[in-house]
Amino acid sequence: MSVKPLDIVSLERQAVQIRHEILETLACAGSGHPGGSLSSVEIMLTLYGHQMSHKPSDPKWEGRDRLIISKGHVSPVVYVTLANFGYFPKEELKTFRKFGARLQGHVHTKVPGVEFSTGSLGHGLAFANGIALGARMRGKDFKVYCLLGDGEIQEGSVWEAAMTAAHYKLDHVCAIVDYNKVQENGPTNEIKNLEPLGQKWASFGWHVFEVNGHSIKDLVAAFDALKDIQGKPSVIIAHTVKGKGVSFMEGKSAWHGKAPNQEQLAQALKELSAGGGSASGGK
Amino acid sequence: MELKPIPTRDGFGEEITALGRVNQNIVVVSGDLEDATRAEYFKKEFPERFFNLGIAEQDVIGTAAGLSTQGFVVFATSFAVFLTNRAYDMIRLDICYNNCNVKVVCSHGGVTVGEDGASAQCLEDFAIMRVLPNMRVICPADVLEAKKATRAITNTPGPFYMRTSRAPLPIITKQEDPFVIGKANVLRKGKDVTVIACGAMVSEALSAAEKLFHEGISVKVVNMHTIKPIDIQAIVVSVKETGAIVTAEEHQMAGGLGSAVAEVVAEHAPAPMEIIGVKDSFGESGTPAQLQAHYGLKDVNIIEAVKKVIKRK
Repeated sequence: MSVKPLDIVSLERQAVQIRHEILETLACAGSGHPGGSLSSVEIMLTLYGHQMSHKPSDPKWEGRDRLIISKGHVSPVVYVTLANFGYFPKEELKTFRKFGARLQGHVHTKVPGVEFSTGSLGHGLAFANGIALGARMRGKDFKVYCLLGDGEIQEGSVWEAAMTAAHYKLDHVCAIVDYNKVQENGPTNEIKNLEPLGQKWASFGWHVFEVNGHSIKDLVAAFDALKDIQGKPSVIIAHTVKGKGVSFMEGKSAWHGKAPNQEQLAQALKELSAGGGSASGGK
Repeated sequence: MELKPIPTRDGFGEEITALGRVNQNIVVVSGDLEDATRAEYFKKEFPERFFNLGIAEQDVIGTAAGLSTQGFVVFATSFAVFLTNRAYDMIRLDICYNNCNVKVVCSHGGVTVGEDGASAQCLEDFAIMRVLPNMRVICPADVLEAKKATRAITNTPGPFYMRTSRAPLPIITKQEDPFVIGKANVLRKGKDVTVIACGAMVSEALSAAEKLFHEGISVKVVNMHTIKPIDIQAIVVSVKETGAIVTAEEHQMAGGLGSAVAEVVAEHAPAPMEIIGVKDSFGESGTPAQLQAHYGLKDVNIIEAVKKVIKRK
């Protein structure tokens, strides 16, 4: 049976819990990527809890909407979200990045609910387009979502795929950019500026939504609105904060790919319990 | 009667179109070179199952991988050098790591591409494709074999790389010859040396064997159309029968057929061996015949190598 849309308040509550579990999972593994995982929590929750048709009990259900994780390093948020929706037991999160585990460092199709193994950047959107083209040929009407990192947009392959989606009028493709504005070695606008990002996508023939990526209400409104867009693909540029919810991680490139130690974990969990990581918004 | 030489790319184009008539699941994706790869034969009959994604090789591979998830057998086509080199990371991750049912079929392999020169000639594809887990690598020797290979990879799930030629190649196999992936074909029996060749070099090997026969040297010729998985048994048997091996390919000496055979020889059947290929060099402009002569890819070069390896037995 397909997941029923959850109400926004309970999703907001779940966001706090997911951030807890992301940090615990990372600390247990001793490595991984907290920054982009914490920034995309509300995006993932909105997709799995509100927007996508999916069946955790039958991950390969033919009618499911597909989500392609192009930024494969944010496996913590992906695995924690999937576990929360019942794709596999939460207990398994303790095996993240451990030898012999299904939960590979970057997202892998061994994990129920993961559609495409990634890790090298700039691959997801073309793959999403291919699924969408194939679905159209088969007369299927499911949607294909693709989560992109902002730094990833510096890859030329993203723009090759952006042209293809527009050329073939793939209105069942929706890209979501987790626009946290920080990449591995610093702020995106200092390393290779993406602005004007909305105009770039629009000029490639995409319908563009810009939202606060930490507001589930705003995300829901944007996803709902894009259902009316026909004849062109859509992109939701979700403005977020890297490391959202943990004061010492927020906006810090140092926390792109580093796990917290036990002391840092305790501090982070304390902050989250006190109200961090709620819908208080990216700019 | 001598048959007219035909490029192996024609065999691919004709066969994929014939298969398309009975198999609705075949889809072809092109990087705007369907005229050159002959994928346009398919495009003409099945425009609804054909996508030209423009000059965007990374996109060709990624989209092909996505299409394959919907139950299609997807052929990704372009020049060998553009897909295997430019889109290597996409072939590695999208197709091989995800084990997608995509067949990368590329024309313009080798120096016989001719006048366009090094930028359009591919001499690295066997090496970089055979190193990828899940990938299988095929290079047909003539148009008949190209058709059989196209059929075989269509009907075998998972990733394949197949190289075809722009240059016309003489027809040296027979309609009734079997084509089994991973199983080499012995084209000529012999007892002194075995020449193992692929693609354009198979006809050169046969020519060399014929000339050597008149000099009293008996050469076995093996058509190793599948470079990966290599036919270990055929190599071991050849070493036992002839005690020496010469390999010949239109590819860099490093990493290709010669290397694949050498790995087997070293591990399973030590024997003296010579490798014929391009010696760590880029190609240049010229006619196919001039280039083959310049880079030592003719029957005379095989004859020389055979005489050399015999002395090392």
